[in-house]
Amino acid sequence: MSRGRRRPAVSRGRFRPAVSPRLSKGRPRPATPWPLAVPAVVAVGFLLLPLAGLMLRAPWRSLPHLLAEPAVREALRLSLLSATLATLCSLVVGVPLAWVLARTSWPGLSLLRALVMLPLVLPPVVGGVALLLALGRRGILGRYLDAWFGVTLPFTTAGVVVAETFVAMPFLVVAVEGALRGADRGLEEAAATLGSRPLHTFRNVTLPMIAPSLAAGAVLCWARALGEFGATITFAGNFPGTTQTMPLAVYLALEQDPDAAIALSLVLLAVSVVALVALRDRWLRAGVAS
Amino acid sequence: MRRTLLAAALAAALSLAACGGDDGGSGSDAAASSPSGPSGKITVFAAASLTESFTELGKRFETAHPGTDVAFSFGPSSGLAQQITQGAPADVFASASAKNMQQVVDAKDAAAPATFAQNSMEIAVPPANPAKVAALADLAKPGVKVALCAPEVPCGTVARKVLANAKVAVTPVTNEADVKATLTKVKLGEVDAGIVYVTDVRAAGAAVTGIEIPDDVNASTAYPIATLTDSKNAALAKAFVDYVLSAEGGEVLSAAGFDRL
Repeated sequence: MSRGRRRPAVSRGRFRPAVSPRLSKGRPRPATPWPLAVPAVVAVGFLLLPLAGLMLRAPWRSLPHLLAEPAVREALRLSLLSATLATLCSLVVGVPLAWVLARTSWPGLSLLRALVMLPLVLPPVVGGVALLLALGRRGILGRYLDAWFGVTLPFTTAGVVVAETFVAMPFLVVAVEGALRGADRGLEEAAATLGSRPLHTFRNVTLPMIAPSLAAGAVLCWARALGEFGATITFAGNFPGTTQTMPLAVYLALEQDPDAAIALSLVLLAVSVVALVALRDRWLRAGVAS
Repeated sequence: MRRTLLAAALAAALSLAACGGDDGGSGSDAAASSPSGPSGKITVFAAASLTESFTELGKRFETAHPGTDVAFSFGPSSGLAQQITQGAPADVFASASAKNMQQVVDAKDAAAPATFAQNSMEIAVPPANPAKVAALADLAKPGVKVALCAPEVPCGTVARKVLANAKVAVTPVTNEADVKATLTKVKLGEVDAGIVYVTDVRAAGAAVTGIEIPDDVNASTAYPIATLTDSKNAALAKAFVDYVLSAEGGEVLSAAGFDRL
């Protein structure tokens, strides 16, 4: 980062997030080179074909009947609630973690980064087992939670939130850390020169600068939490109304009634698409218009 | 855990299918040319509760018939039945419930299944037995955490039948996806008790303690086995089914805790 570099970004006391070049108008678009276009089309087909399969096999006629089940509403409510709470938890502790990873330097930091990113690549079921061994009733920390406070996390909705946070938080941390590394340090230094306290600078300068990435990271985190299966069923178990989220309901429905499973999958799909489109629109507008 | 296992099994089954043309061909050729016995390779889809006993049966069968290769894919019977009716390349299906076998028969993927064993239920508790569970009635006490299999899978159906027979109303803290997952929650001490198959308690050794359920309230599930219509090596598939139904097969199953018919 160049020290003391100036950017004309200050207006009306607010710092404007940088507009990414690909969004600016009037720039000539490069022609797509065909060696990229062909594999890109293959990728689109590969990613969309399973969705087409789901759509074509969907029991459209009995869909209203299948979705009218109270159990479906219950699972959907639980999924939305727990994914949202997991995202909030991730924001509260994940953003500070991203700041530490991006802005401090001390020996062992890269090892720490690798370790906290582990849930990105860990099979979620392994994550669930690890959570049981740490926070379960006999876990290294969980036994004290049980003995001192009478709190056991497995088989509770709080346990679902814990499992989803464990798996989804790294998605937020990766996005925010990248944004912090790419952000202009000059603005923060200018704010400090003008007497802004560090926390004040973080809130009023740094956060607005990384807002688009923060929003994108939060959406990714939420979507990952919404689809979480392995860690949830392993750590939190499966009980309707308490811990049975949509993915668990889909999996168990598949054992008995594939049509019901497809119907549930469609609901999850619709919710995800609506959320991703809506939030992405808002994020893009914020990025361009503020 | 089970999903990865299934995925691995599926991958194995697919790779088998990929080279199955050759293997199946040479297998049936060999079977036709040598009257001494079948050879080649088959894939057996079997219920999760058969993991230990069928692995042992497979080894013995391969030893008795050199040149044969018996591969297994273990999982919940309901899931395996789905895979078979969706066209998964398998030669033999051994189910933990007549219902799931019937789905496969109805789809014309198998015919004339034979029942080879029965399995009844037992209460499994952690060795320390923290909730001092001694009988089914203790599972209904407040504060006792119980894990059952989900009602969608055979072990969950049978466990609920047992509780209904005993007129004990139990609200589990979790409905696990299969019997091995239920057993794991007991092994880890996350629950005070679970209702699993007798054979699972035996296979778990010292990791759990079994508490017998009286015969007058216990329920059992029958295990049917059949060769599959689309098998590329019908001779070997039939030989393996015959072996499971034989006296020697019965000994292995009895040793694992299954009831013979």
